[in-house]
Amino acid sequence: MRTSPPRWADLALIPAVNLLLALLVAGLVVILIGENPLRAVELLVTGSLGSSYGIGFTLYYATTFVFTGLSVAVAYHAGLFNIGSEGQAQLGCLGVTLVCLALDRTHWLLVLPAAILAGAAFGGAWAFLPGWLQAKRGSHVVITTIMFNFIASALIVYLLVNTLKVPGSMSPESRTFEAGAHLPFFHEMLAAIGIRVSRTPLNLSALIALLAAGLAWALIWRSRLGYEMRALGHSEPAAVYAGIDPARIIVIAMVISGALAGLMALNVIMGSQHRFVLDSVGGAGFVGIAVALMGRNHPAGILLAALLFGILYQGGSELAFEMPDISRDMIVVIQALVILFTGALENLTRAPIERLLARRGAG
Amino acid sequence: MTVGTDTRGAGKPDLAIELAGVSKSFGPVEANRDIHLAVRRGTIHGIVGENGAGKSTLMSILYGFYQADAGEIRVDGRPTPIPDSRAAIAAGIGMVHQHFMLVEPFSVLENVVLGAEDGRLLRPSLARARDALRRLERDYELEVDPDAIVGDLSVGAQQRVEILKALYREARILILDEPTGVLTPAEADHLFRVLAALRDEGKTIILITHKLREIMAITDAVSVMRRGEIVRTLPTAETSPAELAELMVGRRVLLRVDKAPARPGEVVIEARRLSLTDAGGARRLRDVSFEVRAGEILGIAGVAGNGQSELLEILAGIRPATSGAALLRGRPLDLSRATNGADRRARGIAHVPEDRHRRGLVMPFAAWENACLGYQDEARFAARFGLLDRDAIRAAARADIARFDIRPPSCDLKAANFSGGNQQKIVIAREMDREPDVLLVGQPTRGVDIGAIEFIHRQIVTLRDRGKAIILVSVELDEIQALSDRILVMFDGAVSGTRRAEETDERELGLLMAGIDPKAKGAA
Repeated sequence: MRTSPPRWADLALIPAVNLLLALLVAGLVVILIGENPLRAVELLVTGSLGSSYGIGFTLYYATTFVFTGLSVAVAYHAGLFNIGSEGQAQLGCLGVTLVCLALDRTHWLLVLPAAILAGAAFGGAWAFLPGWLQAKRGSHVVITTIMFNFIASALIVYLLVNTLKVPGSMSPESRTFEAGAHLPFFHEMLAAIGIRVSRTPLNLSALIALLAAGLAWALIWRSRLGYEMRALGHSEPAAVYAGIDPARIIVIAMVISGALAGLMALNVIMGSQHRFVLDSVGGAGFVGIAVALMGRNHPAGILLAALLFGILYQGGSELAFEMPDISRDMIVVIQALVILFTGALENLTRAPIERLLARRGAG
Repeated sequence: MTVGTDTRGAGKPDLAIELAGVSKSFGPVEANRDIHLAVRRGTIHGIVGENGAGKSTLMSILYGFYQADAGEIRVDGRPTPIPDSRAAIAAGIGMVHQHFMLVEPFSVLENVVLGAEDGRLLRPSLARARDALRRLERDYELEVDPDAIVGDLSVGAQQRVEILKALYREARILILDEPTGVLTPAEADHLFRVLAALRDEGKTIILITHKLREIMAITDAVSVMRRGEIVRTLPTAETSPAELAELMVGRRVLLRVDKAPARPGEVVIEARRLSLTDAGGARRLRDVSFEVRAGEILGIAGVAGNGQSELLEILAGIRPATSGAALLRGRPLDLSRATNGADRRARGIAHVPEDRHRRGLVMPFAAWENACLGYQDEARFAARFGLLDRDAIRAAARADIARFDIRPPSCDLKAANFSGGNQQKIVIAREMDREPDVLLVGQPTRGVDIGAIEFIHRQIVTLRDRGKAIILVSVELDEIQALSDRILVMFDGAVSGTRRAEETDERELGLLMAGIDPKAKGAA
């Protein structure tokens, strides 16, 4: 008999209330440490949004999270919980790195399409195996993707240490690419049209992320494939009834999901680091889970949630710098609280808000 | 509006249950409005009403699952608040749910004792329960082996365990929710004998059902619910099924299906020795063969779980068969995979599945999205670049809504938010849209209200008259008899008999449903 809440409550009100709760609890923690929570919030906001420098970094982080958030969301719509975006992103980094190393004496306009293909293919391939195992063998994709994260991690360490490392170097990383495999930075592009902003790692792939969000939206809500994925995600018996082969959709959804995760390498590898270092992904795949959850698995919501996490990352660094009592770990705690309240405890506020709205609607 | 409500003065001692002004709302929905109901002790009181009329809510209030917003419950004349089912049991109220609440791997005895154990040790409780069960069995014809494992028992026997559970808890008032939905006619008769015996011992029984025949057969009084209200309470002897149906729907209803004699054409679909052995090694279908002609309705009768569902799913291409063949206009259908749904549709076989909630609809999808379910890859719904043509799908959905009078007429409403009857209309409209050569229909009117049943039946007959072959699976014998031209009865996965509809009767079909062929001498 329960009716679902209005769309605006579902998409805006509930996430906002959850975010507020997370910040309140984080504020309590800040008080316990002996710092002023309002000052902390101020530093967080000005650090991330108060200057072109802060904004650049915020958007740079957000770009990565858009890719991994979309990755989780696409799989989710097909009823699959892809925990493996982290490992798929690592493989994507490998693919993009190989292309850049091979082609970096040409021009980035040539390298970019090849890098997109390679990043998507490597990430997709790493998701294909768990997808295939789920579809054909019933091995649960949550378990297999977690395991594939570990395998990916070990594989990348092996390759960086033994194969990709510059001979004679002590650090497990690839050589730095020539300029031909560097995506243009935003500060360069803006300088070309006469706008001067601070140097930040924000690069062209931010626009590619926007494009990817648009394409993901069209895929999920406008295409036949998306229709079949959502039908399967909601009800496998109904999908089978409708002539949809679940095995086929599971594999396809996982490959698309892995490909999106792999594309984050455009931002990190080709866009800013210009080489493959050991911790290039740095947990962005797991943040993608939180971003997708908070963004309600809708590309528009994911853009907003990715922005929020970008703010937390960049603002958090500034906060740690300005308030020495608040360590790097403290920032992780705040991020964890946001994930906890917007993701895991999402239903904590949902039921009361729904009841409140229902009562208001009735009265 | 509470016409002729029977309250007979408050607090009368001969009333087992009395509800005075009970109301219950869920958000803006008034599920029960100002209910006045008086049930006399030692009677069987029927409650009828369409789906969503508020019967289940009312009984849930009585059994403590829900709290009424207003009103008073009196048990044996005393005002008795019932905050939870524990209080209901303490007040002497027992409930037999539509879906049994039994622990299948436990024995009958253990199930009966479960939740009513006294003391920390199980053994003395079980011994006491064994004695009590013997007594109950003797008194009420409730025979079940106390040491049998519940999962091994027939559905009818499991239901008797539910009744025993209630009686063991010393229930004086027994509520039964749609008790005959899963029973063979013989089992239902047995149940009615038990109920009559209980009544004669002074127990009070409230029977919730949508089968008017049962109301007429066994109840002493009947209350009709419509849109959350009790519109009338009548002594059963003074009413008729037609009157009750009219009260339920609020207008005159045709209980019979008007149909001309069939004019069968050539054979369209045929099954040859279809067999199915499931993963556990159990034989679900045994050499099932039949043929259906154009312009003919073949009804498949049987108690639920005797292979009808599997048969329908094999023909619909969503379950593989172990052996045998099926032919459509002489050409074989692929029976090897569970993913042939698209192939069947392409060949002109449409399917209204038995379980619309799980299969026929994607509940969180809007009505318009459900309007192309199964037909999503057809050219008429395709736009460029692999996108769907939303305008075309919406137009089809709007046409369905208009043609089948689906309410509310909104193609943006989620399927889950339509009533059962309207959900079923969405499915049937979609499947009839393409003028299929063969229509497979499972339980077309399960959980559908009387008004919509009439409409759905007429649509099926109309499709037949346009020369289509129809295979109808239903556990409602009435429905099979009303619609079918030929009736095939299944028992234990095999065909136990085929009859022309006009040459058979309920008694003969009932025997066939129990695996006994009255015409074949010596057959099992």
